[in-house]
Amino acid sequence: MTTTTLAPTATALRGRRLPKWAPIAIAALALALAAALVHGAGLGGWVLTLTVGALLYLTGLYAVATAVEGRRAARNRTWSALIHSAFVLAVLPLSSVIWTLVSKGAERLDGTFFGTSMNNIGPRDATGGAYHAIVGTLQQVGIAALISVPLGILAAIYIVEYGRGRFANTIRFFVDVMTGIPSIVAGLFVLAFWVLIVSPYVNDGRPGYSGFAAALALSVLMLPTVVRSTEEMLRLVPAPLREGAYALGVPKWKTILRIVLPTALPGIVTGVMLSIARAAGETAPVLLVAGGTAAINFNPFEHNQSSLALFVYSQATDSSKYAPARAWTAALTLVALVLVLTIAAKLLARRNRLGR
Amino acid sequence: MAKRIEAVGVTAYYGSFKAIEDINLAVEPKTVTALIGPSGCGKSTFLRSINRMHEVLPGARVDGKLTIDDQDIYDPDVDVTAVRRTIGMVFQRPNPFPTMSIFDNVVAGLRLNGVKKKSILAEAAERALRSANLWDEVKDRLGKPGAGLSGGQQQRLCIARTIAVEPQVVLMDEPCSALDPISTLAIEDLMFKLKDRYTIIIVTHNMQQAARVSDRTAFFSIDRTGDPGRLIEYDATQKIFSNPGVKKTEDYITGRFG
Repeated sequence: MTTTTLAPTATALRGRRLPKWAPIAIAALALALAAALVHGAGLGGWVLTLTVGALLYLTGLYAVATAVEGRRAARNRTWSALIHSAFVLAVLPLSSVIWTLVSKGAERLDGTFFGTSMNNIGPRDATGGAYHAIVGTLQQVGIAALISVPLGILAAIYIVEYGRGRFANTIRFFVDVMTGIPSIVAGLFVLAFWVLIVSPYVNDGRPGYSGFAAALALSVLMLPTVVRSTEEMLRLVPAPLREGAYALGVPKWKTILRIVLPTALPGIVTGVMLSIARAAGETAPVLLVAGGTAAINFNPFEHNQSSLALFVYSQATDSSKYAPARAWTAALTLVALVLVLTIAAKLLARRNRLGR
Repeated sequence: MAKRIEAVGVTAYYGSFKAIEDINLAVEPKTVTALIGPSGCGKSTFLRSINRMHEVLPGARVDGKLTIDDQDIYDPDVDVTAVRRTIGMVFQRPNPFPTMSIFDNVVAGLRLNGVKKKSILAEAAERALRSANLWDEVKDRLGKPGAGLSGGQQQRLCIARTIAVEPQVVLMDEPCSALDPISTLAIEDLMFKLKDRYTIIIVTHNMQQAARVSDRTAFFSIDRTGDPGRLIEYDATQKIFSNPGVKKTEDYITGRFG
């Protein structure tokens, strides 16, 4: 008796399943069908074939799975296929960008590019390099980070740990507003305020275009990103950790410095690196307030400076047939620079944590 | 070392909400006092007002008089950090500092209060870990992260961290509620040991635990949700559990209430 009552439930747990090769077979069929359709009708190339193939695969998979496995399993298969295709769609542009950068940027990846500037390089010269632009980017982003990272972290600490009531809310609101400032507006602000009004006092009455002015504009752009990401990270630090430190008689400022900040450090580093990456890629403010130059200028406080992003812009719009190669290599250098900085920062942040 | 705690007319608020009202009780040195009562009756609030942890929350404040050996804890001239160093606290959930090793966790209180000498720190760490019955389990891995220990070990690590700064009173807010029976037993044993040197006040929901570990028991209760918690009865644990003076206490202890 027991066996007969148990039997239906036991078998109900098992259902018919599609064999492992079935989705692959459906995909191959869908592709073949799509190719036949697209090429047979003479409509277009492989992009359309892939798109039609993907749609055919999704419908085919749903139909076959419904027939064999039932509706629930079919929906599960279709949704996971959709999510995987969304992932592929998201990765495609990224890998395309990297491939384009590497393949086109490799042409001028030589010592001359990293060792010389564009000084006295005419339209017919195949040489020339971005040494001056690399120096400019490193100095400007470095100074901007020196300004905005401490300021941003302190502001976030104020908002999370000390700020109460309307004042803190107002600050948070304006930080949000600042996040949306277009970079050209930040550049114009520094142009109007620093270059045209303040700097003439120390520059014999002439407006002082400089790398430092560019750094000021970049720090205006970096500040809200640093504040917001640090704020989020500080909020994630559990309250019991703070209370644990208070209960040991540790003063509040020391609790923040020695317990809260170290706990939130990896996240803060990520936020700071995001802001640095954004600043390193800005062209407009640098063009406005540093002016750009073809020569090497190691002094960020005097005379025009260039930057990698500005170098890419000027080379991409240059009429020389050698300019595009320089632009691509500069773009590749910029991406590699940000990548190296990010990896270095992550490693540093991890070194502070204990190994498990 | 251990000190006497006395509360006279203590009332605590969260903003405009009155959490406890008119609490009067005295805790003798070198005893274990248990605070029991239904959830929301203000035991934890009262406990947190003893070492001024209550005011950490925005809008929270305390009225009335709380003294430790006749020194007013809420005197305007009193340094909060000194109060908290004198009156240590162990929390419901173990909260070791995640970025620190076991050793660093134990000496965190000393180090963050300015003790730098390695020999002193090492000695204090061993003493605290031995007092917390944890030394034998962790002595070979003091450099490993504190968060990698089991729940019971983490809680004993937090107790070690608390007694490393040599407080005179130790407050415990349901220290065993997140632990299994074996770890709970380890911590109860520890309380017996610590009683020789410290005044201990413990909040617990576990009545057997209160009966096992405490010398005196205070029963808190509320009439309705939203009303402030009150101290209903405070007496020797033996008396509270065998022959309580108030009907409400008896109802709670025998499980007819709450």
